Amino acid sequence: MDYTVNGETIAADEEGYITNLGDWSQDLAGVIAEAEDITMDDERWEVVNFLRDYYDEYQIAPAVRVLIKALKKTMGPEKGNNKYMYELFPYGPAKQACKIAGLPKPTGCV
Amino acid sequence: MADGDTDIPKMSHPLELPEFKCGAMEGLEPYIASPDHQTALGFPGELVPDWKEKTIEKMGELAEKNRAFKVYLDICVKCGSCTDKCHYYLGTGDPKNMPVARQDLLRSVYRRYFTFAGKYFPWLVGARDLTEEILHEWYSYYHQCSECRRCSVFCPYGIDTAEITMAARDILAHVGIGMKYSNEIIGKVHQIGNNLGLPAKALGATLEDLEEDIEDETGVSVRIPLDVKGADILLITPSADFFAEPHIDGLLGYAKVFHEAGVSWTVSSYASEAANFGMFIGNYEQMRKISLRIRKAAQDLGVKRIVFGECGHAWRVAYSFLNTLAGPFDFLDQNYPVPQHILDFTWNEIEKGTLKFDKSKNDHYRMTYHDSCNVARATRIGDYPGSQFEIPRNVIRAVCNNYFDMPRETTHESTLCCGGGGGLLTDDLMDLRLKGSSPRMTALQQVTEEHGVTHMAASCAICKTQFSKVMPKFGYEMDSIVSVHQLVSNALILKGQDGYDDDNQDEDENTNNTDLGE
Repeated sequence: MDYTVNGETIAADEEGYITNLGDWSQDLAGVIAEAEDITMDDERWEVVNFLRDYYDEYQIAPAVRVLIKALKKTMGPEKGNNKYMYELFPYGPAKQACKIAGLPKPTGCV
Repeated sequence: MADGDTDIPKMSHPLELPEFKCGAMEGLEPYIASPDHQTALGFPGELVPDWKEKTIEKMGELAEKNRAFKVYLDICVKCGSCTDKCHYYLGTGDPKNMPVARQDLLRSVYRRYFTFAGKYFPWLVGARDLTEEILHEWYSYYHQCSECRRCSVFCPYGIDTAEITMAARDILAHVGIGMKYSNEIIGKVHQIGNNLGLPAKALGATLEDLEEDIEDETGVSVRIPLDVKGADILLITPSADFFAEPHIDGLLGYAKVFHEAGVSWTVSSYASEAANFGMFIGNYEQMRKISLRIRKAAQDLGVKRIVFGECGHAWRVAYSFLNTLAGPFDFLDQNYPVPQHILDFTWNEIEKGTLKFDKSKNDHYRMTYHDSCNVARATRIGDYPGSQFEIPRNVIRAVCNNYFDMPRETTHESTLCCGGGGGLLTDDLMDLRLKGSSPRMTALQQVTEEHGVTHMAASCAICKTQFSKVMPKFGYEMDSIVSVHQLVSNALILKGQDGYDDDNQDEDENTNNTDLGE
């Protein structure tokens, strides 16, 4: 399932993860989010940006625990918790947020 | 799926027989592996032009090489004992998910090409000509079996039905129809060392972060060493333990136990995976290649012992096959089990009295335990029959005041699969996973009603992930599934931690207060 952003076609796999990580843009993130029935807001952007920064450094998305710990520092304990992350991304902060952030899907027993 | 029915069945009893829903799951197929994922494992990228000849050839080769497989194909008398034993049949009502019927999808083709009657009188013995539709029927239904082997327990001939599923998947991969989820993951293990694709640098950073968490929580510095040469113990654990919830809490438990036991240990970035999906796809070579990483890591690091973390099928491979696949392990200390299960390690320490617990830390939990299929039906955890059932329960009871077993016909050797095992833990099979989990969830609901059980523990990475996804559909929170070592971690008071010197528990309570239970 490909995405169309500003008239350009962006390739994605069957599950909607983009094939070429270099194709990502903020506009694309908005389009992917829309396909997931998610409206991007400041908090969701904060998660997505954190994931992308972490990926830049480590070539993988962070463990949910690491993500939450980092967000607790910036968002505070009411929002930096697992439950709130699932409110932001109902299919999981790791998988759904990674998809919007243009990162590969975490695989394995997760 | 095919009929659009995604309702989770309401069951009044975990083993309640469903009404027939012929064709209910017909056509359900997980994503097929891409050519890249196939060729990385040495399989053809797509369906080969001579698929018919190749399928029959591979089937013959497997029957020749694996005598058990041939016997299982030949001896089924269709007595029907297995029909109602499969959680996917109970959950979907699709008669092709009766184990005997599912196996016959392959047996009927085997009969056509490999038996006298089938060759000359196929109509008399229900033998079928192989067609491309049949390949897809195999692909669909052999991915509606989690290789959990509950049906085998009830087979009077002892037919290991999972062997048929594994063979079918192996044959399919060899003619170009591999499964995306499993094959992509196996490729990552070969390339990076674990299912997740977690590189060494990220693993190191994650472990440091977790060390920080333990220190914040306890005030005690507990290390989670990585790639330490000369350590005594190499911990091989599923990479989900470095990434997912509640798995990570279990890893913290292992670290605390090792710390208190005073042993030197290490994780390896080269063999940073216990799971072995080579077993799921029924491929010996893949299983062997993954296992050899563990041998290499153990030798390179010069360890004396190998301990496996909480992972069901990994423990089956480790316990039953590791020596054949990657042995001999004569370079390890033979005074210890080769390999050893983390629960065996922890239980030994509890028995020795080296661990101090405050069980009340788990008083907000009313616990039950889910026996993982591969541990329950293929292994022991200690050195005596039944230890795979007793040791996890012993450990839980040593750290929790409230423990209750689920109905006996759904535990121990008769345990029900979580619904996501055997390489089916993929989002594209979520409908099947939900339906397949309903017998287990119904058993859990029973102990919730009877004993107020709030949480379930498991010692398998797949079970933990599967339950955290399906439990919310059955009235539980996603964190109602916990790691066994998470409970250990909660209750363990480290030397130097506040409360260590308080005499706030008596020894008897520590091991003997096991009210109710079975």
